[in-house]
Amino acid sequence: MLQEESDLSLIIAQIVQKLKGSNLYAQLERQAWASLQRPEIKLESLKEDIKEFFKITGWEKKLQNAVYSELSVFPLPSHPAAPPEHLKEPFLYMRKALGSWEKRILKSLNSMCTELSIPLARKRPVAEQKELLNKWNEMGTDEPDLSLFRPVYAPKDFLEVLINLRNPNYENGDPLSFRTHLGLIQVPLKVKDIPELKEYFVELGLNTGQLGIDDSTQVPPELFENEHVRIGQKVLAEQDSAAAQQYIRQGSPTALRAELWALILNISGQPEDILYYEQLKTNVIQYDLLVDRLTYKDVKLTASNDDYYFVFEDYLYQVLLCFSRDTSVLGHFAYNCASPPKSYIRGKIGLEEYAVFYPPNGVIPFHGFSMYVAPLCFLYHEPYKLYQIFREMYVRFFFRLHSISSHPSGIVSLCLLFESLLQTYLPQLFYHLREIGAQPLRISFKWMARAFSGYLATDQLLLLWDRILGYNSLEILAVLAAAVFAFRAVNLMEVTSLAAAEAVLADISTLKVMPLLQIFLFATVT
Amino acid sequence: MLQSRWPEGRRPSVATGAQTTWGLLQPGLAPQNWGQERSHGQVQPGEDQRRESGRPRRTWLSLWLHGSLWRMAGRVKWVTDIEKSVLINNFEKRGWVQVSENEDWNFYWMSVQTIRNVFSVETGYRLADDQIVNHFPNHYELTRKDLMVKNIKRYRKELEKEGSPLAEKDDNGKYLYLDFVPVTYMLPADYSLFVEEFRKSPSSTWIMKPCGKAQGRGIFLINKLSQIKKWSRDSKTSSFVSQSTKEAYVISLYINNPLLIGGRKFDLRLYVLVSTYRPLRCYMYKLGFCRFCTVRYTPSTSELDNMFVHLTNVAIQKHGEDYNHIHGGKWTVSNLRLYLESTRGREVTSKLFDEIHWIIVQSLKAVAPVMNNDKHCFECYGYDIIIDDKLKPWLIEVNASPSLTSSTANDRILKYNLINDTLNIAVPNGEVPDCKWNKSPPREVLGNYEILYDEELAQGDGAERELRSRPGQPVGPKGSRSRESGRAVLTTWK
Repeated sequence: MLQEESDLSLIIAQIVQKLKGSNLYAQLERQAWASLQRPEIKLESLKEDIKEFFKITGWEKKLQNAVYSELSVFPLPSHPAAPPEHLKEPFLYMRKALGSWEKRILKSLNSMCTELSIPLARKRPVAEQKELLNKWNEMGTDEPDLSLFRPVYAPKDFLEVLINLRNPNYENGDPLSFRTHLGLIQVPLKVKDIPELKEYFVELGLNTGQLGIDDSTQVPPELFENEHVRIGQKVLAEQDSAAAQQYIRQGSPTALRAELWALILNISGQPEDILYYEQLKTNVIQYDLLVDRLTYKDVKLTASNDDYYFVFEDYLYQVLLCFSRDTSVLGHFAYNCASPPKSYIRGKIGLEEYAVFYPPNGVIPFHGFSMYVAPLCFLYHEPYKLYQIFREMYVRFFFRLHSISSHPSGIVSLCLLFESLLQTYLPQLFYHLREIGAQPLRISFKWMARAFSGYLATDQLLLLWDRILGYNSLEILAVLAAAVFAFRAVNLMEVTSLAAAEAVLADISTLKVMPLLQIFLFATVT
Repeated sequence: MLQSRWPEGRRPSVATGAQTTWGLLQPGLAPQNWGQERSHGQVQPGEDQRRESGRPRRTWLSLWLHGSLWRMAGRVKWVTDIEKSVLINNFEKRGWVQVSENEDWNFYWMSVQTIRNVFSVETGYRLADDQIVNHFPNHYELTRKDLMVKNIKRYRKELEKEGSPLAEKDDNGKYLYLDFVPVTYMLPADYSLFVEEFRKSPSSTWIMKPCGKAQGRGIFLINKLSQIKKWSRDSKTSSFVSQSTKEAYVISLYINNPLLIGGRKFDLRLYVLVSTYRPLRCYMYKLGFCRFCTVRYTPSTSELDNMFVHLTNVAIQKHGEDYNHIHGGKWTVSNLRLYLESTRGREVTSKLFDEIHWIIVQSLKAVAPVMNNDKHCFECYGYDIIIDDKLKPWLIEVNASPSLTSSTANDRILKYNLINDTLNIAVPNGEVPDCKWNKSPPREVLGNYEILYDEELAQGDGAERELRSRPGQPVGPKGSRSRESGRAVLTTWK
């Protein structure tokens, strides 16, 4: 009991510390000072009156939302004497693997840099700055020669690293039994099974209305949809993050989605945010980074060729180039055990005073990175709003998809969850695919690494991401991947090679996400 | 990373327009001269000269032979002027047999030139009860830019004379419900009227379109009167009097504030099938698409000549530097809907789509009285609609022969399915047609079509027939609210 209390007060202290530096604190202070003018604030009961004032004017709600937002990425409670790396990632072998992976990426980046003799960063000449400013809204028409640039890595390279992860303290010398894990991932992490998932995702159950199922044309809107929309509007009127998060577990109506996501991610359109974005834009204009080329290449190869997202190509540049320069993103390394790559001013290698993070936001884009941003373009068409939403989505969720950690939403756990679901509940299929050399994870990894962006139809993808926000977890990606395999099981049982298996699963753009999830979780005999 | 998007189990074979053979006949029944492909216009030895109606006269014996054997086979015999795989694959998959146009055919997918010949006073002939063609004889009343505008103007005036509430105008004299075609004048006939209008708003841009051409050919923009004068000089006519109707142009007010997505202009292509005009029965294909320009839109006068900015025709855009063959610059209408609902809200989006359905039906009603409602005909139109930045749709034109060329893989699938669903409605059960049928297909065969407007049903049982309205689904019968309750129609048009 005592331990919990002291844990709680520690958490509170940490959150207060964090929020003290934020804009919200300054605003609350200002509001408090301004409220002294009001007649209902009396000196004797100053504290209570101001608290009451905050409650009425909605500022308390804003504070609540901010706290809620902080809690969502708060690390799990741990031993008070644990060093900071332990808080982020308790397993030493994972930290080591992550370290060597990062070294590899950096080496690749540096070698590309020396091969092509392009500096990692340089200041643009004034003429070039002017030109870029003019072309800011149509950078897609730029056709720089990118043939010599290779993406630093692709998801499948990352998969190889994950496959080779081993816990040295875990001896798996037991003879093969039905308990042996036959998948590619061989680390012993705790993942949920279907009964636990049923509990966790209880709002996706058969008896609960869902958008994505109960708003289909055969179902009269009075049964669920109208009421759900009404509640959604009420949640928005209340501006309550926590309520919105609970609400969105049943899906968000299309018209309310943009606002709901902003509320859950605690993003409001403050003038400071617009200014901040403009600052980043200026940064882009003035300085050219090597990673910009990687971004260009990525967009050209992925989003520009996509049936749904090609329209938004220009927006993607405007967001991603700014993203690379946003040092506030470094804040997420407080709970991400990865470390941002460092670079040294020319000629001063090894001297810590001349070390900078490169790229400034600490994130090296890989092949397919732009697909995290693309679906958001359907919701937000002002660049600064789009930018903020993407940044928040990245530091809350997407970073976990390409960093090695034992977090339940980390990609390692997702892979393991996927494989164990398949092995436990579709053993025949799993065994068959393994026999023909088509380990299921090899096919589904790319789906999960991109959070299904570019593979599902956009409206279905947005319904899926609704649930990611609602449950504050990426586990649903693994469940969906398993559900897709279950759905196509009959065809998959007939294939005899990895290529054929991939062909069966090549096009999932016609699938409806929610029925698949519901059937897999709640309607399959376990 | 290229993503292929073949929907499950629906990979059509890609025949490259090869000629089909007679292979579907029962073996042993083929008489000697059936193996030959008959070319257009050639009279085969042994055949008599044509009758006045244009069909070859046959001897009694050959008639019997043809008739009985074909009856035994019972297959629809088709001809096409348009050698496109999406058509031919659909005919073949129904087990239909290809013939030449000199023979007894049941189904003829004609080009617009052929339909002109078939129904012309001098060379035309009468169609039999088991023959169907894919155009109405005078479709040009709707599909020629000048006639369409003329018919719509006439329709509006008629409604005004009747005192119908549909023709209600606002304080500026603009029609409230029937203002869906940009201000248009025929040239040379209305030149002076045009000049008057131009002088009222001299900074406006106008678009010149030749009446009889397609695919964006011959179109250009002007913003100064001198540019028209220059054009008339350049086209080597000394005055505006032009004899041939082919040189007729229309000039319309250019919509210089189109709705932009991703900074680009786009238009909507919607397919509408009309099986009869009186009573009006039309269907809308659910899977229309948006065509995007490859270049960012700018209303700047310096770019008025840049057709890549202004014209969305694929025939033009595909020559652009940035044209992408994977997605072809096309978006589905459901994408558009998702985007608009997410960024603008559901009410305005539903209102937009309702208005689009409204203008399609009104345009058909406008030409219905002058259309030759030949029972052998059906027609699948390609409607081009532009949405402006106030979310108001404008009817740009209607195409009688919408392109059946496929620019991307998805495109091919879409057009294949379009023809498939069209044939299912026009030629029920894939059997030899009988023009006396009531042209009322059962709901199951509609495929991706939805009933847009059914005059019979609308006048029939009124309000009980109102379907539950859902966004994206136009309600079929409009109940008895057709003309009487003008304003009510628009607000309850769902």
